[in-house]
Amino acid sequence: MPSSPSTSGIWKIITASSVGTLIEWYDFYIFGSLATVIATQFFPKSNPTAALLSVLGTFAAGFIVRPFGALVFGRLGDLIGRKYTFLLTLIIMGGSTFAIGLVPGYASIGFAAPLIVLVLRLLQGLALGGEYGGAATYVAEHSPRNRRGYFTSWIQTTATLGLFVSLAVILLTRHLLDNDQATSIAKFNDWGWRIPFLISIVLVIISIYIRLKMKESPMFAKIKAEGKISINPLKESFVHKTNLKMVLLALFGATMGQGVIWYTGQFYAQSFIENVCKIDFDQSRTILIWAILLATPFFVIFGGWSDKIGRKWIIIAGMFLAVTTYHFLFEQLLIISDTKNKTELAEKKEIKTTLSFIVNSKNAVRTAVTKSYFEDGMIMTQTKKDTLYEDASRKNIKPEMQISKSLGGADYWKMVMIVFIMIVYVTMAYGPIAAFLVELFPTKIRYTSMSLPYHIGNGVFGGLTPFFATLLTTIYTGNKLVGLMYPIIVASICIVICMLYVVNRNNISYDND
Amino acid sequence: MNLIKRIAGVLWMIAGPFAIYYLVTTAISEIKKNPVISTKVQWIVFVGVFIPIAFGMIIFGYYALKGEYGDEEKYKNAPLRGDGS
Repeated sequence: MPSSPSTSGIWKIITASSVGTLIEWYDFYIFGSLATVIATQFFPKSNPTAALLSVLGTFAAGFIVRPFGALVFGRLGDLIGRKYTFLLTLIIMGGSTFAIGLVPGYASIGFAAPLIVLVLRLLQGLALGGEYGGAATYVAEHSPRNRRGYFTSWIQTTATLGLFVSLAVILLTRHLLDNDQATSIAKFNDWGWRIPFLISIVLVIISIYIRLKMKESPMFAKIKAEGKISINPLKESFVHKTNLKMVLLALFGATMGQGVIWYTGQFYAQSFIENVCKIDFDQSRTILIWAILLATPFFVIFGGWSDKIGRKWIIIAGMFLAVTTYHFLFEQLLIISDTKNKTELAEKKEIKTTLSFIVNSKNAVRTAVTKSYFEDGMIMTQTKKDTLYEDASRKNIKPEMQISKSLGGADYWKMVMIVFIMIVYVTMAYGPIAAFLVELFPTKIRYTSMSLPYHIGNGVFGGLTPFFATLLTTIYTGNKLVGLMYPIIVASICIVICMLYVVNRNNISYDND
Repeated sequence: MNLIKRIAGVLWMIAGPFAIYYLVTTAISEIKKNPVISTKVQWIVFVGVFIPIAFGMIIFGYYALKGEYGDEEKYKNAPLRGDGS
């Protein structure tokens, strides 16, 4: 068996692996992207148990079940093979996603609804934990060794493209259910949110069909034929010092920093634009969609480049650029969206006030919508809601205030460029990481050993970025950029560890496996 | 360079317990601020997940201190033996 398999047929392998992995990311992200809608359907705040299940669904799926899935399916992949294991993860993910789209709401079946959704969400996390390691290992083991970074970088595009597809499908569904936009959004919140979950089954069936036609990885087939497969991959990966030290190095010297860069550049950036800069729902998502579209080719560029100069310095450069420029870039997002820097067209200002009486009372809800227009095309909508009570002593209750801004053309594209830069950092840190990880471990325990540090780095360190960043802003309220301290500190530690302990290498041969 | 790697190992060994201390005190303070079940569960999940990772950092520091990552040639070849030893 040659150490570097031929490139003939490699594109079929990449397509089959990438499409399945992309669909898994899509399935995982639509739940996160629709969290608010799902919460109203399944997890009413009025019921404390349902609210608790919501918290578990949000945190446990990403932080506990993903690494656990890495262990379960990694072990399976090293025992029975890559092909059947990541076929199984695809079936579990696709089945769970489709089922979420079918579960009746809390209003129909009560407590059973959030419980079923929680179980399905946990299954999603479990499947995702097993998928990535399998796909990366499978492609790497088919790739010629001098192009491993390039070929595995196609797998690296899938997480970002999965996010892209999920955002696009949600936006399209939200606006295509009725000619009237307000009615369309209302229909989406009522039942239309199920569509992105249900259409997933079509994609999954196609992907399963493609994957069934794939052959086992040649590296795994070889060690299996020679009787060299591991008897206990978990023990060999995490108990034996030779491999455990590499697992720890992979986590603290690469995936930990890469994970926070990934989540800051995409999730936190979108959340910051929507919640701190107050840019409206659609624009905050289309900005990310454009940035992803423009930056995605760089995964392949940096992955391919890592075959020539090695993985280490590209990963470090991505993390270093991120930690040194994040503060500036996020500050620019604030400046662009700040109305203090803009000239208001006072003559165009619109104020509309409506009054609606609350049923069976003499109290009423007053809604005042103020639209301000600015010279550069920005439109700011301020919605103030307060209750007018019959009892005059209750008048001083603080009104509910919402601000939503729609950017003018030039500012919109400035924001796209800023997010694009942040995603280019993601492509530098993430593009070569699959090749880096597969090269750290021998074939017989590769699936298990690389999956765990990947999912702790991305699921735990990365997945917690929006939470810790928001937590910091609630503690240090005077500084809107303080949330960046979390990714900056984590990535800085990772850079030091990577520089000190990781050896720059590429084109590692598997001959001795 | 090997000396720096070993000295830095002590830092990583200290970073593990420091991270545990910081996380537990933050969890206690956040739960006291908002003592509802969802806050408690959320922080129990975080502490439960991060403590093993912090222990991993201590072990990583220990290996660094012992010079396990020192010999680059040995390190380059070690995982490729495939004997799992």
